[in-house]
Order: sequence, then structure tokens, then C-alpha cells
Amino acid sequence: MTEDVILEVRRLTKTFGGIMAVCDVSLEVRRGEFVGIIGPNGSGKTTLINLITGFVKPTSGKVLYKGQDITGKPPYEIACLGIARTFQMARTLHKLPAFKNLIVPLCSPRVRKFRGGKYGERDDIAIDILDDLGFERDSFVPYKIAGTLPHGYLKRLDLARCIALRPELLILDELFSGMAMSEVAATLPMLEKFHREGLTIIMVEHRLRELFRVANRVMVMNFGQKIADGPPQEVMEMEEVQKAYLGTEVEE
Amino acid sequence: MAEGEKYRKERLDRGIKARSDTIYVLASSRDLLYLLMPRALPVALLILLPILLHGTYWEKVLFYSCIFGLLALSWDFMNSVGLVSLGQALFFGAGAYFAGALNHYLGWPIFLTIPAGTIGGALICTALLVPVVRLRGVYFSIVTLILPLLFAHLIETLEILGGTHGLLSLSAYPSGWIAIYLAVGALLLVLFGFRKILDEDFGMILRGIRDDDRVVMAAGVNIYWYKAQSIFLAAAVGSFAGALMTHYYQFVGRSVLALDYTILPLAAVVLGGPGSFAGAALGSFILVPLSEALRAMGGLRMALYGLILIGALAALPEGIFHYLQRRYHQFERMVKV
Repeated sequence: MTEDVILEVRRLTKTFGGIMAVCDVSLEVRRGEFVGIIGPNGSGKTTLINLITGFVKPTSGKVLYKGQDITGKPPYEIACLGIARTFQMARTLHKLPAFKNLIVPLCSPRVRKFRGGKYGERDDIAIDILDDLGFERDSFVPYKIAGTLPHGYLKRLDLARCIALRPELLILDELFSGMAMSEVAATLPMLEKFHREGLTIIMVEHRLRELFRVANRVMVMNFGQKIADGPPQEVMEMEEVQKAYLGTEVEE
Repeated sequence: MAEGEKYRKERLDRGIKARSDTIYVLASSRDLLYLLMPRALPVALLILLPILLHGTYWEKVLFYSCIFGLLALSWDFMNSVGLVSLGQALFFGAGAYFAGALNHYLGWPIFLTIPAGTIGGALICTALLVPVVRLRGVYFSIVTLILPLLFAHLIETLEILGGTHGLLSLSAYPSGWIAIYLAVGALLLVLFGFRKILDEDFGMILRGIRDDDRVVMAAGVNIYWYKAQSIFLAAAVGSFAGALMTHYYQFVGRSVLALDYTILPLAAVVLGGPGSFAGAALGSFILVPLSEALRAMGGLRMALYGLILIGALAALPEGIFHYLQRRYHQFERMVKV
């Protein structure tokens, strides 16, 4: 195994009862890559992410992060190693003010290692991070109770929570779903910036046009299996991928 | 109002909040008074009450109100971490038996048994509940409900810690003033302490766990460690109340593990309004004197008590404290439609 492989998924399988949610999937992500994961609904993309981040325990297979076996570790330990994730349904701490949402990752052992946070200091750091992500610091938005914010803001708040954790690997689960076009257009350059700064990103997405603008590599899943892996253009031309997306012709 | 014109009620916030619920702008001493009075008045009243009621039957009621207030605060604290407890009697009983046993068997004096009962009881309760801290919602509640009943039966059948007779003739307080001011002081300290804790960064994590524990885990925070810490704090408060009561009664028996110490604090929080701690304290200061005042009713007492409770809940489901708070911070006026 080479030095620059940040994440290695080895023959990961997860069954729920008799259903194979993820079946024998292997994946290697190098440091600095921007990998897209696509596939029809129910093809196991979110389960794969839950397996990597420890929210679901695999039936068999292994996850290695920077060469270390992290299979079966609890989610908070995996997060503290530097893998941050967003949730498909923008989960936030909805009764706290938006900027207080970031206090949680800023209190995690991972971030404490980087800098000692005194009381009140974390608030400033939280506002800085949110300001970078389009929550203007001089407006009311960062101080509002998170549950009262519009959906697009919640999605970005979820992303901000990941950034506050100072991750090395960022996993985005359908970040753009439910976002307005203008919000997507504003968020995309931020992701490109984080990527340029050295962050490795895995992105599950249904908005292919936007995904292909930023991803160097795309993995396609269908019925829990990996059916393709490669540069975006090549992958989309593969017959199997087109079948998965458009269906096969009905023979009469 | 003129004929044919329609009016509607409009609610306005008093202009003191800036940006969010947590940041205030104080422009004058009047603003300062506006914020200070609802806090200073009850505190002053609580400090004066023991003197005013000295020597009367109601002094005892004040003491009980503080004891149940402490248990209600302990319940409200766990609830703000998302742990719905049905076992405040476990905390209360652990503290009561710990302090009682140290005093009875080892002859420790009061000023040692109360702190030891507080810490010891809290440690026992935390050790008992940590294994089930992964359970969520009603599953956790059921375990907390069973534990005090289990211990009451153990004490009865194994005849340990005095068995059914309990531990008798424990040390009394050197003076009634010490007992009542310990209770009042602890109540105020815990009330403002818990409010402070939940506003700190530590409290943000606790409130976050209640909102969505998966988000907190994804943010790299070990939620079980934080839940254990909050159980310890809540158990310490409950155990302190138990230890305090033990020496007040100079007796500890299985009754300290009874359902009363679970249900009444819970009812107090629901009546006063959960989430603010002030509601929990207010609820106990309504319920305990009310139940005493109804003593004259004889057999109908509990029925009437229940009716009043149901009536209050139906009229003010948000809790009395939150209703008062809203009325204080907002004013209403009629505007033309």
C-alpha cells in the first residue's frame, strides 16, 4: 500500500435482514482526490458512507484510513481521526442558534489538540467559519435558532460543522439536494477552494452536471454493487452505467 | 371599538433582545432592572422566607418544597440532555441511605455524611446507569423506573441496611436554621448553576445530544462520556436532597425509594415548564404547599390534587413559568385589521 492512499475500503458488505445494501464494494481514495459516488436511488451510496464513518457496522470487509483499521470503531472516534461527513437530510442541532452548532465540533478532542479554546473564543471561531460559508456575520442569520433557517442554510450549516472539525477527508452525502440553483452555484466554489487547500473529498450526488465540474473520478453503484470507477466522461459512456440510469429497452 | 371594524391582537417583544435570544443590549438602568428583577425578587423572597415562617408548620413545607425542587431540577437537567428519567427516587434513596448508613454504622457526623452521601450516592447511581446510557427514549426511562423498586425489594428481603425497620435515631441538625438554609442555599445554587452550565460550551454539547445525538457523534464528541457526566451531576443533586432529608427525619427507610420521589418532581417540572430550571423550582413551590393545604380535605385530598394538576396542564401546557416569562417579555395590543 502506498503512502498517499488516505482511504481504502476492502470488500465491504452490509446486509439488512436478507437485503444486500452494500455488496463486496472496494474503493481506494488517494490524498487530494475529489471522488464522486453516483447511482440510482437505493443503490447503497448512503449505506456505504455510514459504513465508512462508523454509523453502521459492516457484515464483512474492512475500512482502512491512512493505513489504520477503523472498521467497527464508534463514529466519534472516526470523526476525531479526521473523517467528517454531512447528512443527506441536513441534520443540525435545531434548537441551538446556528453558530452554537459549531461549538460541538470545536469542543471535540480533535480540535482541542490544535488550539486551546477558552470560553467565548470558540464563538468567534464559529462565526468566522460560518462567514466563510456565506452566513454573513453582520446579519441576523448566524445567530438565529438553526431550526428556523431555510433548507439551503441548514445544508451549509451541516457542511460548516464538518469544516470546524478540520477534517482531512470530507464526505458529502447529497449536499446539493434541495438547494436552490443560486445556492449550489455559491457552494461549489467553496468546495473547490477546500479541495485546492488539500482536503480530500468524497461526494455522493445526484446533480451530475455540478459533480462532474469538480470530481476527478466517479464511482457508480447499482443494487449495492460497484459497477464502474473512473474519470467522469469515460464512466458515463459505459453501457452498464447507462443501463442503470436509463433502464434497458423492453423487447417486444 | 367601532361597529363593523375588526381588530386583532398583536404581540410585540420588548426591545431589549438583540440578534438572538442569548444576546441582550442594555441601554439604561431601567433595562438592567427589567432583567434583574425577575431573578432578584424570588431569590430575596427565598432567603427571607425561613425567617418569616420560623416556628410555624409552614417552615417544614418550605423545607419539603426545596427538597422536591432539587429533585425536579435534577430531572430537568437530565431531560435537557435527552435522558428522560423516571427514577429520581434512585438518586434520592442512594444519597439518603449512603448518608444514613455512614452515620448509623460508622458514627460519622452530619457535616461529613452529607458531602459523602452526595458524592457516594452520585457515584453509585452513575455506575448503575452508565451501562444503559446507550439506550434511548423510553428504554432508558424504564430502567430508571425499575432500579429504585429493585433496591427497595433487595433491602426488604435481604434485611440489609435496617431492612423493613430502616435505620433509626440518626444525628439531628444542631439547629433548624442550618437545615432550612442548606436546603434553600442548595436550591438557589443548583438552579443558577444548572442554568449557567447549559449556557456554557459544555452545555451546548448536552443540548446538542438532546437535539440529535448522531450529529454530535459526527462532530467527534463521545456522547456517552457526556451523558455519564450529566447523570453524575443530576445524581449528585438528587443524592444531596436525600442526605439532607435523612438527617431532617433522623431516619432512613425504604420509603425514600418510593415512587413519590419520582412522580412528584416530574409533575412539578411539567406544571412549571421544562427546560428552564426556573419552571422546575416554581412547580415544586406550587405543588408541595398545595398538597399540604389540601390535607384538610381528608380522603378527597389526592383526588382534588389530581384534578388541579390536570386543570393546570390543560390550561397552560407550556408550563406556568414559560407563560409568565412570555407575558413579561411581550406586550399585547389591539390593532385594526
